[in-house]
Amino acid sequence: MARTTRKRSARSARPRVKAGSTGSPHRTTLLVATRKGAWLFQGDPARRSWRAEGPHFLGHIVNHLVLDPRDGRTLLAAAKTGHLGPTVFRSTDRGRTWKEAARPPAFAKAPDGTGRAVDHSFWLTPAHANEPGVWYAGTSPQGLFRSEDGGVSWEPFSMINDDAQYREWMGTVQDGTPDGPKLHSVIVDPRDPKHLYFGMSGGGVHESKDGGKSFRPLVKGMEVVEGFDPATVTFHDPHCVRMCPTNPDRLYQQNHCGIYRLDRPGDTWVRVGRAMPKTVGDIGFPLVAHPRDAETVWVFPMDGTTVWPRTSPDGKPAVYETRNGGSSWKRLDAGLPRKQAWWTVKRQAMAGDAHDPVGLYFGTTSGELWASRDEGRSWSALARHLPEIYAVETAAFA
Amino acid sequence: MNVLVPTPLHSYTGRKHVEGNGPTLRAVLEDLDRQFPGIRFRMIDEQDRMRPHIRFFVNGHQVFDLEQPLRATDDLRILQALSGG
Repeated sequence: MARTTRKRSARSARPRVKAGSTGSPHRTTLLVATRKGAWLFQGDPARRSWRAEGPHFLGHIVNHLVLDPRDGRTLLAAAKTGHLGPTVFRSTDRGRTWKEAARPPAFAKAPDGTGRAVDHSFWLTPAHANEPGVWYAGTSPQGLFRSEDGGVSWEPFSMINDDAQYREWMGTVQDGTPDGPKLHSVIVDPRDPKHLYFGMSGGGVHESKDGGKSFRPLVKGMEVVEGFDPATVTFHDPHCVRMCPTNPDRLYQQNHCGIYRLDRPGDTWVRVGRAMPKTVGDIGFPLVAHPRDAETVWVFPMDGTTVWPRTSPDGKPAVYETRNGGSSWKRLDAGLPRKQAWWTVKRQAMAGDAHDPVGLYFGTTSGELWASRDEGRSWSALARHLPEIYAVETAAFA
Repeated sequence: MNVLVPTPLHSYTGRKHVEGNGPTLRAVLEDLDRQFPGIRFRMIDEQDRMRPHIRFFVNGHQVFDLEQPLRATDDLRILQALSGG
């Protein structure tokens, strides 16, 4: 089993923080996963200065790095390299040392050898607060896995991985995103550990009310690419689904075809992105929900016209905010480049903290890490010259 | 037999050359996994297929079959094969 020890790299611009010296839950740590490794950025209590720790796993493709909020100390990293198969690393000492999962997510072996193989674990979600040590993982190609021992061993979860109908909805590798079709946005209802959601790119949004024994599609109201039938689940491409922390009956979704809101028990998504400026559109990858206000979310639009450049529209990046559930949107770009900035933000690469006002953070495809301490009113670059950023999460270590 | 391990897998073995035993490539890889838990899955997927950028050479000749017979005197080299940035 591979064990890695964090190297005291000279790459960090500032002195490293001794373990335990930033243990206050009031301090925010940013968990940054990139195409070439992972970094932790530790903020001071005012979130004005940040210290970089890393790289961890230099050269590894790290798709997600997540802290277990139930114990405040277990970190899981979904990683692979260009040569080696996928795995999950685990740390319980703030990333000083890492230990590989004994059994990483892997599909069941097919007797005829034609079964699927996990290319990479893409999404990590800690399960319900009353299920300590339980985690979910979404993979590429689309698969759902569960660990009941804090990420040490993983097993295929629910019926979807091998169900014929779900396999049809998942489509083939050719139907997926450029670096592989993905299962993402695994969401656990804080009121009920058996109430689960996930999204698939492609393959739609799905819900379980029985702890994963069964799932059913939840795609009514969602649009698909022109000329295709929205009744066909395969054609749906949710990019990111979020549940409002203070109102678990409200979901927001950034889709390949717009921004949506769903209020349960209703089952029809409403395209609230139609209120976005026409020159910007409502296409993008990430979406962040306010931790205390279900009317407020933030998105990061990208150019989804013509050949889908997937860059900031017109080279002018901006976050857009709604404070009224999507009825209207406001551009937030103070401090961001005014022109000729052609990056974008991937679906896991934007996050908010729990402070008041909320801190917002995003990482770009060009390796820049941006932060706002005032809910997007002003932005400043926290780091530059990182590898392409795949995911940004906020964490409060115990 | 002597097994040459590529650098991406040194985090498991801690060294370039290791000793592996078994009558087939499959058996040798299982032996390596016993010595260095987790190493096999990084090279062979859950369907027993060689991963796309891992190559196996026995006495200088590339092999593609896990059932390839091996002798104790054979030389097994595991290579990473990938280009790009």
